[in-house]
Amino acid sequence: MTSIPSCLLALAQAAAVPVAPLPAEPPQIAYAPVLDAEVETAPTQRALQPVRTATAFDEDGVQTGKPRLFKGGKLLLTNGISTVEGSSGGGIARWATIAGRQMPGGVGLSAHATAVELPDYGWRSYGVAVGFGDRLELSVSRADFDTRDVGAALGIGQGYTFNMDTFGAKLRVAGDVVYGASWLPQIAVGLEHKRSRDGALVRALGAADNESTDFTLSATKLVLARSVLVNATLRYTEANELGLLGFGTAAGAGYDLQFEGSLGYQLSRRAVVGAEYRSKPDNLGLGDDDWMDIFAAYALTDHLTLTAAYVDLGSIATFSDQRGGFLSAQVAF
Amino acid sequence: MLLTATASAVLMLLQQAPAEGTDWDAEFGVEVKERDPVTGEIPVEPYAQSNANAGATPYDSAGLARDFGGREGIARIAARTVDLSEADPRIAAIFAAHDMVRLKRTLGEQFCYLLGAGCDYSGRDMRTAHAEMGVTKADMNALVENLQTAMREAGVPFAAQNRLLAKLAPMSGQVVER
Repeated sequence: MTSIPSCLLALAQAAAVPVAPLPAEPPQIAYAPVLDAEVETAPTQRALQPVRTATAFDEDGVQTGKPRLFKGGKLLLTNGISTVEGSSGGGIARWATIAGRQMPGGVGLSAHATAVELPDYGWRSYGVAVGFGDRLELSVSRADFDTRDVGAALGIGQGYTFNMDTFGAKLRVAGDVVYGASWLPQIAVGLEHKRSRDGALVRALGAADNESTDFTLSATKLVLARSVLVNATLRYTEANELGLLGFGTAAGAGYDLQFEGSLGYQLSRRAVVGAEYRSKPDNLGLGDDDWMDIFAAYALTDHLTLTAAYVDLGSIATFSDQRGGFLSAQVAF
Repeated sequence: MLLTATASAVLMLLQQAPAEGTDWDAEFGVEVKERDPVTGEIPVEPYAQSNANAGATPYDSAGLARDFGGREGIARIAARTVDLSEADPRIAAIFAAHDMVRLKRTLGEQFCYLLGAGCDYSGRDMRTAHAEMGVTKADMNALVENLQTAMREAGVPFAAQNRLLAKLAPMSGQVVER
């Protein structure tokens, strides 16, 4: 108990004896001049900027835990142009590219609408694709094929419209379309499960089934030294006219290996022109021809890409010389 | 308990304020790297210099070097790329602790060497130069876009721009770490 008075005494002494003489001028706060000083370097200026308030919908995009939703980051046009089947590609050929503008660790979204006007037919397709990093793409799309006057001629009704749903998946297994060894393209495997919504009719036309799955193997590379994009895809399919007219034949014709090729020339960051070729089986004996196009695509903004093409779809359901215009708009995040 | 608390209070009251003008860097052993008065660069650890460090074989095309405005044009494009990247919120943090003076010089030398414009590359190899920076592919894309902006501003034809990128793109494996 004696310690308390002695401590109090020490305190009193400490208080009585001035530790240091009081400064005459107002006390200096050490950090004040630092903050007031002219800050020269950009990194320091950024460090001193107030932290902005974080919201779920700030400029970095929607943030939900670890995946970065819609944050973008891909180089322009390297997400490809939606194909008529809803996958990332070049319009009619599937590419190894992954839809959406996301980078590894991100999730992106892509939506498209395409119209093809032919002498005797009209094609409309629209769909969405979700990309997970640079790894996986899942897509769903709908195609409507208007037979117009041909419908009446074939006895299926004026303006009969064939409909098909396509559910696609694509997995990048190796390489990068832009980076890495110049001899190693981006390689992807995938499938497209297609369901014709005209089951009774396509069976009447001779098809074996109204639903089937295509299997694809794609390789795509941007050859920077030549500003050329090269794509080759092998498709194992039994689809008649992509599946609009069903799959295989009742007579037994089935799966077959088909080829899709694209060549593109990059005019600028935003513009590319090119040509495509897609071989198709002719199981039904209706003169199902290979498809070709020449296209021009332009990235109007980081998110909106417009594509115009001249397509030669050959003969469709015995009506030949189906050449016309292709217009597509793609929005990607 | 009470004794300890009181004793510490006493000790704190008795403490002297540090003398003004203390050299805190010396107190804590901080070494300040002085910039070289001639080059303005901060010295780096010695390493073996070689053009092989540039990471690719050069083009042999006078036309290509001319498209880039020769040695001076290339140096300007490299410096502009660094400036744009330093101001680019996507990747600025990567450059915050780095010597921009040296980067502008070595990047310019690398471009100049690769484009066959008659320079030697004196910088480090790509893996060493980017070690522990944690560069992502998205960062790389941002840098490519800044380089494209710099080349576009300098009036470099797009096909020529891509020829430089063609030399740089295969190096991504040495640069991207995650």
